Amino acid sequence: MSGRAAILARGLRKGYRGGGMALDGVDLEVEAGTVHGLLGPNGAGKTTTVRVLATLTGFDEGEAWVAGVDVAARPRRVRERIGFVGQYAAVDEVLSGRRNLEMFGRLYHLGRRRARARAQELLERFDLVEAAERPARTYSGGMRRRLDLAAGMVLDPRVLFLDEPTTGLDPRSRSEVWAAVRTMVAGGTTVLLTTQYLEEADRLADRISVLDAGRVIAEGDPEGLKARVGGGRVEVVVADVEGLAPVAEVMERVSGVPARVEVDALRVGVAFEGGGAALTRMVRALDEAGLEVEDIALRRPTLDDVFLGLTGSREGGRERT
Amino acid sequence: MRTLEGRAPERVVEAVEVERSGSWTREVVVGLGWAVADAVVVARRYLTHLVRRPGEIVGTLMIPVMAVLLFGFVFGEAMGAAMGVDSVDYRDFLMPGLFALTMAFGIGNTTIAVVTDVGRGVVDRFRTLPMAPSALLVGRGMADVVAALVDLSVLVVMGLLIGWRWHLGPWAALAGLGLLLLLRMAFTWIGIFLGLLVRGPEAAMKFFSLVFPLAMVAETFVPARMVPGWLAPVVEWNPLSATVLACRELFGNSVASGDSWVAQHAIPMAVVWPVVLLAVFVPLSLWRYRRAGR
Ligand SMILES: Nc1ncnc2c1ncn2[C@@H]1O[C@H](COP(=O)(O)OP(=O)(O)O)[C@@H](O)[C@H]1O
Ligand SMILES: [Mg+2]
Repeated sequence: MSGRAAILARGLRKGYRGGGMALDGVDLEVEAGTVHGLLGPNGAGKTTTVRVLATLTGFDEGEAWVAGVDVAARPRRVRERIGFVGQYAAVDEVLSGRRNLEMFGRLYHLGRRRARARAQELLERFDLVEAAERPARTYSGGMRRRLDLAAGMVLDPRVLFLDEPTTGLDPRSRSEVWAAVRTMVAGGTTVLLTTQYLEEADRLADRISVLDAGRVIAEGDPEGLKARVGGGRVEVVVADVEGLAPVAEVMERVSGVPARVEVDALRVGVAFEGGGAALTRMVRALDEAGLEVEDIALRRPTLDDVFLGLTGSREGGRERT
Repeated sequence: MRTLEGRAPERVVEAVEVERSGSWTREVVVGLGWAVADAVVVARRYLTHLVRRPGEIVGTLMIPVMAVLLFGFVFGEAMGAAMGVDSVDYRDFLMPGLFALTMAFGIGNTTIAVVTDVGRGVVDRFRTLPMAPSALLVGRGMADVVAALVDLSVLVVMGLLIGWRWHLGPWAALAGLGLLLLLRMAFTWIGIFLGLLVRGPEAAMKFFSLVFPLAMVAETFVPARMVPGWLAPVVEWNPLSATVLACRELFGNSVASGDSWVAQHAIPMAVVWPVVLLAVFVPLSLWRYRRAGR
């Protein structure tokens, strides 16, 4: 990596009382001014990593530096340089959007006048001016999230932590939040965001760390990670639900990697190298097994495939509690 | 860390040097100033809640107001007769008990507010701000005292309407109200601690169902000499009782308050009890807040 690291973590380990190791040696290096995605299934340790780096939770072993400050030694100093937007929108429901931002401004020690001016700026930047005087409880999911992001940006933090910023949002709100994140990055903020949506990491992140069971199992830029899976993926559409399992079995046998089954779309896909020749082999194998297919096609790989290939989990990053 | 001896690895963005701007005492004074300022900002937040959702105050006052009507007028004569006083004197006796009861019931609101903030992630957000770690809790405590002032004002007016009076002048009366606020402050911190301890409002409600009998097994409705002998010490040593007895004394209530040790030292005990509770629950709460989510 050429630039300097805004976040540097080495060998972070943390166990919760009564649980196993939530972090089992996490290494992370995030270049200043970039977006880094932490991708992983539920329980992988994404939230724990972010909470450790944002000084909310201690860790047992390892070392961590955020915006030039040793997290373990000077947590208060870290807090002056970061913004934290947790998994649940942590805005005050009763206060208006404006009052929320003013309050956080005061708590960042901006002083009354500057807090007020800053609130106005943020309302404009996050497109909340019209709703500014309404209580936050009347906001839509996307607006609430934007207010939450704005509250995390009061000080123009060097580093912003976003824990699953779009989980539970409809597609429109999601793209609103993505736009807001891009605005922040354009302003020079380094962003570490966790997500279980591969598409989100693909769209927003300059680099991605794939987390599984408290370890980083892969790191790279989205294209590089996709390239690891090789040429592409084969997708087969079947006529009915009964057809899914036998087709998946054949495809896994031929490709040697786990297949992803999308029941709703009646579609089975596997990551698969070899281009046209591979497609032919797949068609032949399905034919020999006497299986009917509606459609078969070769597609460019997605991060889903990367994920599946790395974790071997069929549910990779898709389920949600 | 150990190997780096506090120096940042080379790749880390401009490492900050440890600067010591002034003397140690200066830092403490500045720190305290911010702690108070931050707490005031937080207190304003909770007071806004109170104004926007007056239901909370109405809810807190419901039970005491019902009790005024029920014990003042329905059972008042019988209770008074049992104590050897008429119903007017009984109401005079009753009001300080209800004031203190209301202070105790404030615990419920505090606990629920704190539990909700923890559950919604608001506490996490506050904990990542560079503000004084005590500010969220102290601010809540401040707001509660203001809420208690509103509660007390309503009840005082209500009391005056049904014939309760202070007989020893306004200063003694104010001293009594001050003791009630002190009690509420202590109870607030119990509420804050419970809020940080339990998970979810349902668990908080369970604790609250314990507060209810504890607030009753005190000098609230009847004097200690009228409860069964084995229960009398509980009544006497209930923190609520000291405040109730002290208020009866300061308001100049004619019903004799008994001759137990606590009854004889009601006013000092009405200070000692809340101070002890604060000395226990303030540090406990701050400790718990710092460790939240570990
Ligand atoms: N407060 C906690 N107490 C005990 N175990 C926890 C706590 N928080 C998380 N864990 C456990 O730590 C692991 C990592 O959790 P988390 O960091 O929340 O994962 P993610 O955000 O990727 O879903 C999980 O196994 C989870 O059950
Ligand atoms: Mg999580």
